[in-house]
Amino acid sequence: MSDIQLWTLVFIFLSFTVYIGIAWRSRVKETAGFYVAGQGIPTVANGAAVAADWMSAASFISMAGLIAFLGYDGAIYLMGWTGGYVLLALLLAPYLRKWGKFTVPEFVGDRYSELVRTIAAGAAILISFTYVVGQMRGGGIVFSRFLNLPVAGGVGVAAAIIFTYAVLGGMKGITWTQVAQYTVLITAYLIPAAAISQTFTDFPIPQITFGQVLDELNALSIEFGLNSYTQPFTERPQLDIFLVTLALMLGTAGLPHVIIRFYTTKSVRGARYSAFWALLFIALLYTTAPAVGAFAKFNILEGLGGTAVEELPEWVGNWEATGLVTIDPEAETIGSISNNPAAGADITVDNDILVLANPEIAGLPAPVVGLVAAGGMAAAMSTAAGLLLVISSSASHDFYFRRIKKGHATEREKLLVGRLAMAGAVVIAVAGGINPPAFVAQVVAFAFGLAASSFFPIIVLGIFWKRCNAKGAAAGMVSGLTFTAVYMIWSLYVSPGSTVFGISPEGIGAIGALVNFAVAISVSKATPAPPAQLMEFIEEMRYPATSRRITPPSDDKAPETELGGA
Amino acid sequence: MVAIRAAGPPADVWEETRVSETDRAEEPDNSWREEYWKRNLRLMAILLVIWFTVSFVFGILLVEQLNQIVIAGFPLGFWFAQQGSIYTFVVLILVYAKRMDRLDVEYGVDERDQNGERP
Repeated sequence: MSDIQLWTLVFIFLSFTVYIGIAWRSRVKETAGFYVAGQGIPTVANGAAVAADWMSAASFISMAGLIAFLGYDGAIYLMGWTGGYVLLALLLAPYLRKWGKFTVPEFVGDRYSELVRTIAAGAAILISFTYVVGQMRGGGIVFSRFLNLPVAGGVGVAAAIIFTYAVLGGMKGITWTQVAQYTVLITAYLIPAAAISQTFTDFPIPQITFGQVLDELNALSIEFGLNSYTQPFTERPQLDIFLVTLALMLGTAGLPHVIIRFYTTKSVRGARYSAFWALLFIALLYTTAPAVGAFAKFNILEGLGGTAVEELPEWVGNWEATGLVTIDPEAETIGSISNNPAAGADITVDNDILVLANPEIAGLPAPVVGLVAAGGMAAAMSTAAGLLLVISSSASHDFYFRRIKKGHATEREKLLVGRLAMAGAVVIAVAGGINPPAFVAQVVAFAFGLAASSFFPIIVLGIFWKRCNAKGAAAGMVSGLTFTAVYMIWSLYVSPGSTVFGISPEGIGAIGALVNFAVAISVSKATPAPPAQLMEFIEEMRYPATSRRITPPSDDKAPETELGGA
Repeated sequence: MVAIRAAGPPADVWEETRVSETDRAEEPDNSWREEYWKRNLRLMAILLVIWFTVSFVFGILLVEQLNQIVIAGFPLGFWFAQQGSIYTFVVLILVYAKRMDRLDVEYGVDERDQNGERP
């Protein structure tokens, strides 16, 4: 066993002992605790949990590598996956917290109608599911790479562990476990990044220092047949960059597993600050990623370019064994580098290995490599667990409890159905993770388009426009979804590669959201307004407290009154 | 509600207020609602304009022009797209939370727990 494998085992074993220990200590018996942790999670902890929930294997393992090869255009992920939190904090989180229900379908069910609830529950399950498959795969790959298991075995081990602590602890267990996972993943991300920044520039804050290599990186990129690093719009046209960024932002704000988190805070105020902490914690990784991407690319171009094939550094051989780095058998010295196997470059480096291989590339010691592997696992596990919880709550609460039993079910029954739904989801996700459908990457983009074009518009309208009614919401959701799905299917399968105005399938969700808004508004205007009682509920959602103080808050003896003074 | 009332005024004061409120019930003075909501919306609008400007305007629409300016090795448009917009987003949410704290207190709709503290 190599040093790297030994350290990987040590770190993964230690971190998993902690996760399972936490889940065991906080195991729950009532449904409320299972789904929303009894609304007793401190704000900072909730923020860290949101961050861990949100940052998946894609953020941790793939993003920096993608940026390294996309250059400027990688900003779609950086801005798209952070800017959504501003929308979430300002437009959604505090109001949904005040409304005080368990899930997104629950909110739209109360606000609009049972039909809208059912559509939303179906969409929530579909969106969460497409994600969970990717996470299982990510976790499985880390296990198989570092523990020498076949991928199927890796996926199985990952699934068993996630299932154990999600079922045991429910939301509360998951929340505290995710706080631990955030700590592991951010440490694992920042340590190698700081070390590399220190080596390059004698200063350990990569966010500040990576500007120093950009000039040389541009020159090197052009020399090896790549686009200039900081040059915008080399991979996608400007309009598409705009729309993809917008779609990712709207999708982020509409994703059910992120929104559900804001129900676990203690108060409306807590929901606002949770969003702040969440984005702060996410930003730590998201501002480091472009620096990691730039340094890694610089290292690769400078270290490999012009080198004779037999003199390549050791890490190339290590990763060549996984098939993620390939060298053209006819090449003698490296004259071109690409991430695209079709480009026929002398050496092809897969995006996904950059973060995992970075410590090796930079010559950092084996424990750091092991720590990074544990961080990748933490990222995959935490997101998968959060998604499983959404699937189980949508299935047991919104379908079973509301639709089938019409509200008549005991606590024990609900918990049991929730756990069964989770078990079912794990089994299907394992099958999906072992034999991923060829279109996994596209399905993930589809999930964002779905969330952007379905949930975001009708939730925002539901809060900010009292006049929006059930017919409008149902019509808006269905038309936004259909428009987005039809364009994606057309552009991906019916006539592959064709687009309108260069809008990619990833970006079409932004237009789908506009369609949803337009249809929901027109249909609502053409049909009767919601009942007056509902209007009053919406009104009350806008004010944090349940009752209003008439005199200033410094006076503890202040009389109180129902909102509105009536 | 119950918890807040328990920490609030003695029962008799409460009843008194309650009665005077009921008297006004025919024409409840709800103008504070509109005012609170308008101020909330205005704050939101300002913050969302900044949100749009740093990301979509500086990071995408004007990126080529801003890239002419280079600071510490970073072309400015590139910096906004990969760093600056994210920092701004974090600050925007913090400003929103802080401002809303003040607004809630001003209109008496801030939440208090049994001990009168903000949860």
